[in-house]
Amino acid sequence: MAPVKVMAGAYPLARLSALSGAAILLAALLPGVGGVGRPEPQVVIITLRHSRFLPAHLTVRRGTPVRFVITNVDPIDHEFILGDEAVQRRHETGTEQEHGAVPGEVTVPAGSTRETTYTFTRPGRLLIGCHAPGHYNYGMRGWVRVVD
Amino acid sequence: MPRLFRSVGFVLLFVTAGASPALACAALIGPNGAVNLVRTTTLAGYHDGIEHYITSFSFQGGDGKFGSIVPLPGIPTKVERGGGWTLQRLIRETQPRREVRALLSSPASERDGVRVILETRIDALDITILEGGGAAVGRWARDHGFILPPDAPEVLDFYAGRSPIFMAARFDADAAKQRGQQIGDGTPIHLTIPVENPWVPLRILALGKQGGDLVQADVYLLTDIRPAFLPGPRRGMFLQYSAPASPELMRDLRSDKGMGWLPASGMWLTHLAINSAASDLTYDLAVDAGAGTWPSRQPGGIAPALAVGMILSAVWVTGLAWAWPR
Repeated sequence: MAPVKVMAGAYPLARLSALSGAAILLAALLPGVGGVGRPEPQVVIITLRHSRFLPAHLTVRRGTPVRFVITNVDPIDHEFILGDEAVQRRHETGTEQEHGAVPGEVTVPAGSTRETTYTFTRPGRLLIGCHAPGHYNYGMRGWVRVVD
Repeated sequence: MPRLFRSVGFVLLFVTAGASPALACAALIGPNGAVNLVRTTTLAGYHDGIEHYITSFSFQGGDGKFGSIVPLPGIPTKVERGGGWTLQRLIRETQPRREVRALLSSPASERDGVRVILETRIDALDITILEGGGAAVGRWARDHGFILPPDAPEVLDFYAGRSPIFMAARFDADAAKQRGQQIGDGTPIHLTIPVENPWVPLRILALGKQGGDLVQADVYLLTDIRPAFLPGPRRGMFLQYSAPASPELMRDLRSDKGMGWLPASGMWLTHLAINSAASDLTYDLAVDAGAGTWPSRQPGGIAPALAVGMILSAVWVTGLAWAWPR
């Protein structure tokens, strides 16, 4: 069973979020949760604070649909963009005002909570990024490792 | 997400001297996201338990409104137009520069709302004194058209954890032009703030900058005694001048508007130059200007782990001050 990996957080809230995320994702890896057939989405809670993803590093099992519940506690808008480097580059130079229609891509306004569900179909590593002006360069990024 | 900011409104500046489309005293973040690096000049004077914080916002042309937010160590009892030459006179006093000697985060308080303590207009500047937690002040700034860079939430929390008082200054460039203000004209602002633990905001100068960007600022202190301050010797902070204020300087400053609070003599003048990478500027300047003890690390926003080294550095700086030619 692959644990959730969490970057060391500087704030108690980060640690709390990391623990919550770990607990939820570990539960997601228990067999039989979704019954026969298509597995039910599992929930991962992400907090956006001080222009960081908390937790910023996750490990999930391939084929698992994950419902990301993302809460932005900052007074500024953020994004949660999940994808490879090409996706991140496209968003860094893109002109889309809002995200939400594409799985794994959602705009999270200041002080709000948004959700997006993404199914990880291939092993490897995907990146998480926020492409509000200056945020990605500031370090608002993370990754999801997908394992068999 | 677009590379450009979604709205054009006020610009978030933080702190204090001459900038581009509108301000002085800090980094100006323009509507296109560009950050203009400017040198800021501030006087923090302490006398009889009162801090007199004087900084200048200079008009640099452009249209619309721009703004800045300055963290304050306490609630000002008075916000007024500063004198006409105090900052310039201090610069002249400490020029030409003498030998350069290198000197060497707390949990945020969260509040639901913002309390507007004072609103006033000085020339083309709309000044608002706010009280609130970092997120609340950030929301207020956002709701009032400020554009917050990605480091703003953390920086606002950094300050709100120690003092939830902020000054928002919005420069109305159109009004400035109507007033006939020319590019480079400054509007000095003088805040009178009763404080127990004085400090000068420095970290705010790095707001919105990349880690390698250079932050430059001049901080003048006028105190009843030779001050002790934290941090001490440190990369990026230079003690430029430390000596009793000359009678000529005191006479000139006292003759400026609003500077009658200064005694005729007996003050100590310190000039600190900040010439630091933005990534290194993670602290403020805590000052002990009266009790003859070491300043607390808390007003300086200095983490406990750094405090010991900084105190040792400050000892070294004090030694420098004693050895400084009078």
